[in-house]
Amino acid sequence: MAEPLLRVRDLRTYFYTENGVARAVDGISFEIGAGETVGLVGESGCGKSVTALSVLRLVRPPGRIEQGSELIFDGKNLATLDEREMRAIRGARVSMVFQEPMTALNPVFTVGDQIAEVVRVHNAGSKQDAWARAVQMLETVGIPSPEQRATEYPHQLSGGMRQRVVIAMALIMNPALVIADEPTTALDVTIQAQILELLRDLQQRFGTSILLITHDLGVVAETVSRVIVMYGGEIVEEAPVNHLFARAHHPYTEGLLNAMPRVGHERERLATIPGSVPPPTNWPAACRFHDRCPYAWERCATEHPPLYPIAKGHVSRCHLADEPKRRAEKHDPLVVARGAST
Amino acid sequence: MRRQLAARLGQSLIVVVLVATISFFVIRLAPGDPFSFAGENIPFSVRDHWRHVFGFDKPLLEQFGRYVLAVFRGDFGYSFSRKGDVSSVIADALPRTILLVGLAVFLSFAIGIAAGVLQATRRGSWFDRVSTGVLVFFYSLPDFWAALMILFLFAHRWRLFPTAGIVDPVSYDYWPPWRQLVDRVAHLVLPLFAFTLVTVAAVARFQRAAMLEILPSDYVRTARAKGVPEQGVVWRHALRTALTPMVTLLGLMLPAYLGGAVFIEKVFDWPGLGSLAADAIQKRDYFLVTATVIVGSIVVVIGNLMADLLQMALDPRVRE
Amino acid sequence: MNRTLRRLLAHRSARWSLATIAILIIAAAIGPMLVPYECHTQLDIVRLQNQPPSWAHPLGTDQFSRDVLARLLCGARISLAVGTLAVAMSMTIGTVYGLISGYAGGRVDGAMMRVLDAFLSIPRVMLVIAVLTLWDSVSLAGMIVLLGTTGWFGVSRLVRAETLAVKRMDYIEAARALGTPTSRILWRHILPNVIAPVIVAATLAVGSVIALEAGLSFLGAGVREPDASWGSMFLAGVSFSTSTWWILFFPGIAIVGTVLAFNVLGDALRDVLDPRQLHAPVMTVASSVAAPIAPERLENG
Repeated sequence: MAEPLLRVRDLRTYFYTENGVARAVDGISFEIGAGETVGLVGESGCGKSVTALSVLRLVRPPGRIEQGSELIFDGKNLATLDEREMRAIRGARVSMVFQEPMTALNPVFTVGDQIAEVVRVHNAGSKQDAWARAVQMLETVGIPSPEQRATEYPHQLSGGMRQRVVIAMALIMNPALVIADEPTTALDVTIQAQILELLRDLQQRFGTSILLITHDLGVVAETVSRVIVMYGGEIVEEAPVNHLFARAHHPYTEGLLNAMPRVGHERERLATIPGSVPPPTNWPAACRFHDRCPYAWERCATEHPPLYPIAKGHVSRCHLADEPKRRAEKHDPLVVARGAST
Repeated sequence: MRRQLAARLGQSLIVVVLVATISFFVIRLAPGDPFSFAGENIPFSVRDHWRHVFGFDKPLLEQFGRYVLAVFRGDFGYSFSRKGDVSSVIADALPRTILLVGLAVFLSFAIGIAAGVLQATRRGSWFDRVSTGVLVFFYSLPDFWAALMILFLFAHRWRLFPTAGIVDPVSYDYWPPWRQLVDRVAHLVLPLFAFTLVTVAAVARFQRAAMLEILPSDYVRTARAKGVPEQGVVWRHALRTALTPMVTLLGLMLPAYLGGAVFIEKVFDWPGLGSLAADAIQKRDYFLVTATVIVGSIVVVIGNLMADLLQMALDPRVRE
Repeated sequence: MNRTLRRLLAHRSARWSLATIAILIIAAAIGPMLVPYECHTQLDIVRLQNQPPSWAHPLGTDQFSRDVLARLLCGARISLAVGTLAVAMSMTIGTVYGLISGYAGGRVDGAMMRVLDAFLSIPRVMLVIAVLTLWDSVSLAGMIVLLGTTGWFGVSRLVRAETLAVKRMDYIEAARALGTPTSRILWRHILPNVIAPVIVAATLAVGSVIALEAGLSFLGAGVREPDASWGSMFLAGVSFSTSTWWILFFPGIAIVGTVLAFNVLGDALRDVLDPRQLHAPVMTVASSVAAPIAPERLENG
């Protein structure tokens, strides 16, 4: 396979707080190839947003990317790159789309200004050039009357339009990789679909790789070619998207899939995963999911599972890969048995 | 937007009218009138005569009516102590106060904003803690006392700057223009220094709080993610949005600046509106003092209007 | 209440300021009895006039041959009394005005705010001077009343803003639905929730009132003898001379120390009582704008 665009090796990002060390990202490794769209899935608190911020080195104190983490991009390790070079990469080679369009834009500058700023900050054009490109970009992301809109302020635009502006900002320098952190979560469902379609279009047009971060499996199904599932600061499963939906291996993924309300599937109650995500200052011992897992047995509480290969391109961090027969012994998860409160 | 401005203008006019009303009644309701001072063997008949001449024996409401009409004509009465029309006395003094207060506002805000930003970006550092302590100390100095100490130190003890007034009373007229300018500036230094010293703390603290509020915002993070250098993130993105509440603060602090001017002008013998007010006490100059209150308030109202305009220019969200 | 106190005492600065204020109160209470001189007695008129600090008179004597230290200690009583009484008055008036204006809403609120705007536009110092110009020989009580009635404007705006916010809360709605009379709603439900910024403002105001009273005396408009507040030591202070610096220096230090203590305490109180007040200094919410700076301080200049 060709050299991957981004290779993450053993990324660990810890937060040093008054309550202890929060191991938000605790040793994850994955790759993104050129032109690929990869989904990063998990509930809140699993570390996916922190992963995104880590790639761009946007993690602020008391957070810190730990030594030994590798983020290889363009032959350089982003984790140890000096700030000046990092800045050259941000927005130009790797850019980010954030979750909240309502607050992601500076309220006192025009939309056009903010998009053009990306160009000017990277010394890629004069003021007029930058503005012209910004207007053009607005058109590309599907905003009508772009020349007019460019002179407007964020509060004059709807949520969906603001998100398009944010995407325009992310793509104007034609980056190799765009990290989209829950780009549609704050939007109405119909707008969600539009934004996702926009992302797909742009990806095809410009050949950009996308790392799409979300907690919504439905979003993932539509857009990505490969899925990475995170839990407890670790990767617990990785698979091509069809595989994941057809034959998820890890019990957590299974739980997520079951929890998705699906049209056509009759059910009395929405299935949930009992218990709640543990705090990153205190990950459970051994398998981090074991107290919420319906299949767990003694080994799970004592031995930390590695990523077992399941099939081509499919790995899972679960001992069930080693002892598949245990899948038949379904039971109430420990957290329920203990009566632990959610 | 024009409608908004017109509305604000209308509001301000109402406020000015209210101010005149309040001033009139509050001052009148205080015990005593210009002719009731103790001491000096002036028989009551003479006092009554003067009361009659100035209309103080008429019913209060009628006096109020006449007063309002007079004010609208620009006639603020006659100043006993200065032997002239109150309006011309004030017209002479007001620009000097505007100069001093204007410069003080500019300086204290410029320094205060910079200090606040630096404190916020270095939160928790020794710089933050020490500068906060120093600023709180200066903030706690009474205006007049700070002015006195500065005058004492820099003008008397160390003879670095002139002790009083706007220009040198003896030689100014004989100097060439550039020397005159130097003289004016030299006379400005100490009063400005005193003024800024006691007001900068409030500005800095507010700015610091505003920045701490804004720095974790999403759009600040977006700016970083775009590759904007940290300086630009702080001074261009974060500060710009923090200026909006600072302008509001400016409007709120104006009365305090004018009040401070009374003491500072008195200590440094700066012949502005403030020292008019300060002197009027001793001289019991009723008309003058009433007028200073009203004029001072008008300055505040106008200042607030200008602050509003500035805010509209700075922040598009305000321009509904 | 206990928890608040504990959080307050956790601040080193708060501990310091409370200690200072305690010392001040003690000094004011028993100080005058410990000093061998009376506050007002003029000692040897000729020999002891304008004496610099010495062993007999640690802070020197003034132009009327009175011991500065003794006057300082006597003055502490009066100054503290003036400060606390005037501020108590201002806070009461201001809170009532703000509550009514905020709760009533509509046209009443609009009118009250217009009037308040007018009051807020008047520099407090100038207004007080204007009144004092006519007031021949103001008494201590008169000064307290004057300061008290001119210091409530900022608090009013604060309380009104808080009232507006609290008014919308569900529990107020519930109380209304239960038929609770307005006065009770204001007193039991709204007031406790808007009082926090008032406490902070009050603390900060004490210092600035003391300073203002001194300033007025400096201008010659202060309380006449024999009620010797710290302010009266500055009476007609134009006689300040470099050769008798101690006469104005020590009272000044006393005021600075007092104001500093109250300011620091006020800051700590603000941190402890309502950190959320520092939120959203955006645009026009009056309370969040005024809260970091005591409205009292703003009006004195």
